[in-house]
Amino acid sequence: MAEESKKDRRSGVLRAGALLCAAALLTAMLSPASVRAVQAAPAGNAGKVSGDGKVTLRIANWEEYIDEGDWDEEEIIELDDREGTSILGENSMVEDFEQWYFDTYGVEVEVEYSTFGTNEDLYNQMTLGNEFDLVCPSEYMFMKLIAEDRLQPLSEAFFDREVEENYYVRGVSDYIRNIFDTNTINGQPWSKYAAGYMWGTTGIVYNPDEITKEEASRWALLADPEYRGQVTIKDNVRDSYFAALGILFEEELTDPDFIRSDDRLERIAELMNRTDDATVEEAEDILKDMKTNAYSFESDSGKADMVTGKVLANYQWSGDAVYTLDQAEIDDYYLAYAVPEECTNVWFDGWVMLKDGIAGDAAKQQAAEAFMNFVSRPDNVVRNMYYIGYTSVIAGGDSDIIFAYADWCYGAEDDAEDTIDYPTGTFFTGDAADPDYIITAESDQADRQLYAQYPPQEVLDRAVVMQYFDQENNQKINQMWVNVRCFDLSSLSASDWVLVVAVLAVILTAVILFMKRFWPKKMIRRKDHRKEHENRKNIRG
Amino acid sequence: MSNFRFSRKQLCIPYALFLICFVVLPLAVVVYYAFTDGSGSFTLGNLISFFTNGNTIGTLCYSIVTAAAVTAVCLLIAYPTAYVLARSGLKRGPVLLMLFILPMWINFTLRITALKEVLTVIEGNLSLHPFLNTVIAMTYDFLPFMILPLYTTLLELDENLLEAARDLGAGETEVFLRVTLPLSMPGVVSGITMTFLPAMTNYVILDMMYNSTYIMGSLIGSYFNIYDWNNGSMISLILFGLICLVSWITGRNSENDAENRGAVL
Repeated sequence: MAEESKKDRRSGVLRAGALLCAAALLTAMLSPASVRAVQAAPAGNAGKVSGDGKVTLRIANWEEYIDEGDWDEEEIIELDDREGTSILGENSMVEDFEQWYFDTYGVEVEVEYSTFGTNEDLYNQMTLGNEFDLVCPSEYMFMKLIAEDRLQPLSEAFFDREVEENYYVRGVSDYIRNIFDTNTINGQPWSKYAAGYMWGTTGIVYNPDEITKEEASRWALLADPEYRGQVTIKDNVRDSYFAALGILFEEELTDPDFIRSDDRLERIAELMNRTDDATVEEAEDILKDMKTNAYSFESDSGKADMVTGKVLANYQWSGDAVYTLDQAEIDDYYLAYAVPEECTNVWFDGWVMLKDGIAGDAAKQQAAEAFMNFVSRPDNVVRNMYYIGYTSVIAGGDSDIIFAYADWCYGAEDDAEDTIDYPTGTFFTGDAADPDYIITAESDQADRQLYAQYPPQEVLDRAVVMQYFDQENNQKINQMWVNVRCFDLSSLSASDWVLVVAVLAVILTAVILFMKRFWPKKMIRRKDHRKEHENRKNIRG
Repeated sequence: MSNFRFSRKQLCIPYALFLICFVVLPLAVVVYYAFTDGSGSFTLGNLISFFTNGNTIGTLCYSIVTAAAVTAVCLLIAYPTAYVLARSGLKRGPVLLMLFILPMWINFTLRITALKEVLTVIEGNLSLHPFLNTVIAMTYDFLPFMILPLYTTLLELDENLLEAARDLGAGETEVFLRVTLPLSMPGVVSGITMTFLPAMTNYVILDMMYNSTYIMGSLIGSYFNIYDWNNGSMISLILFGLICLVSWITGRNSENDAENRGAVL
């Protein structure tokens, strides 16, 4: 009996090993396209509601980009809204969703939640065959996915405002809704596929003691020799290219006639999405200047370097700007955030469903859409915003919880003296001057977190979307970026070359001389030595 | 059960499996991508573009210069250190050696982060000397890999040979140059292989030291980031070839050195 089971185990191991090898071989031999096809088939089965009616939902999101619960009791947020809501994240958002989905629809759902670090990571994971149903990339990545026809359109039911559980469509800010409806790729609006999650602008975090607001409100600060080694730049081609174009077109963008024109936004969008050869070349030169001028190209370290005072200014997304300002404030170090006068890039992270993952499974799609709605429910929006520090695209619709949360965060104490009335109506109702949506905040908030989280109308008047470039232009810009980052041999002067050759010559001569002088003369003498050695042994013996 | 006989050979099955899954197969994938274009058809374009593209050549030169500088500095520091540790009969030799090896127990990103703070205090602003900082950081990280092989070879050095050289009238300098140094060449060679090659590709240190010029590792990464797996694979493959070449040359040399040892005997 025991022997038998051992044998079984052994053959099992062998079989498993063989299977593993076969699978690996298969993967190695197939092109990525066919790998996708092979993997899509079983994914369809996995997605089907199994015997006990359980739905599995595979979600991929940014790291630390959803409330993970486990708040301390004193972290409770007591809002001053109509109902006097208090909010506390006990369980993680994902657990709460599973419970809520079961309570609401009577269907069990199991969420397999994973995270990614960059949009490119996510895309590469998907190419390598990792299957997800619902992912949350940035706007340019979901534009790419739309262009590649890899996304599942949102169902009609998702847009039905009459259904109470459709929190997204009932709550999303009109400003955002408009952008999602009007921005298209291959003739298809974003809103057909994507539900927004977080959004913001790009700008510059700066130390107001050293840099004036006027200086920080110009993209040119990032290439200003006066602040050599004092500014950081984003280590990705899109953000850096945008800043470079901001510098390149500075004159045009700040021209009073240009600013007054009715179609200012369209004109900014046209300029900032240019990819013709001449523009790319000029941008390359500007980026090369930036490279020698900047403290670093960073994708994460900039926040810490800003907080510890190693740099004076930091090209940043508004969400991370809020984080940076918050962190610095803990040490009584007050930083500020500015959006350049020329223009800014309004960015989004949004939920999209993958065609391969959903694979026509209606139950799964319903669960995925329910998840988008669940994270858009006003109290959950507040939990996520509190946890992440970014700004949600949800304004709240009928509920005033989200505005109450903004007021809870930034509203000044009653006895505060130096206050301003800060309008947030643009985001919440579309009417910039709406008296119901004015936050009485301490006056410095106009340059700080509140300004970063809820930019005023005048900022949104110059906030444009950076489009996804087609294959050819994308390649051109990526090549430009590689050119910027690689060592340019032609940048060496004649004297540099002379120096290099001289150093090489000196080293070579030294080595040769040394070898000639000291190296043991081998082979011939070796035999003699050995003979001698043996002779000596014999004599001694 | 009866036809199953345990033999020593079977002990290498796990390693062979590991080798196939994590070395041979990935390499096959790299080769596949290196010689195909985006649509999957065979091409030599990636190979040609490596040698005709000024960027890749520039990066290659920059990496080689960086790695050479790191290796040279490592060698200059490590040789005397290893020599003293191994030859001067210090009472606490092994303990001192341990002190040099100890940093390897701490993850290198932590060590580099700490080094960054130290250098910031010294230099004021890290970004002003990116090349220097890279060399310092890499030297710091790779030094133990240089010291260890040198220490081992110097420790094994036959004292009789040195004595013989002195008996035959060689001064201390000559003993060192004619006997000790040639005999320690195998250590030098393996030390160089262990620092030069990683220094060409370790772009994490480069990034952490805020050097914004790519080396080979970052160039490969950048190609994979823009989904150009074909060019990325080709560069990896060429780098792999380069590594093989260096190992082969140094390997041949150290064989010679083994003979040299015989020569002195």
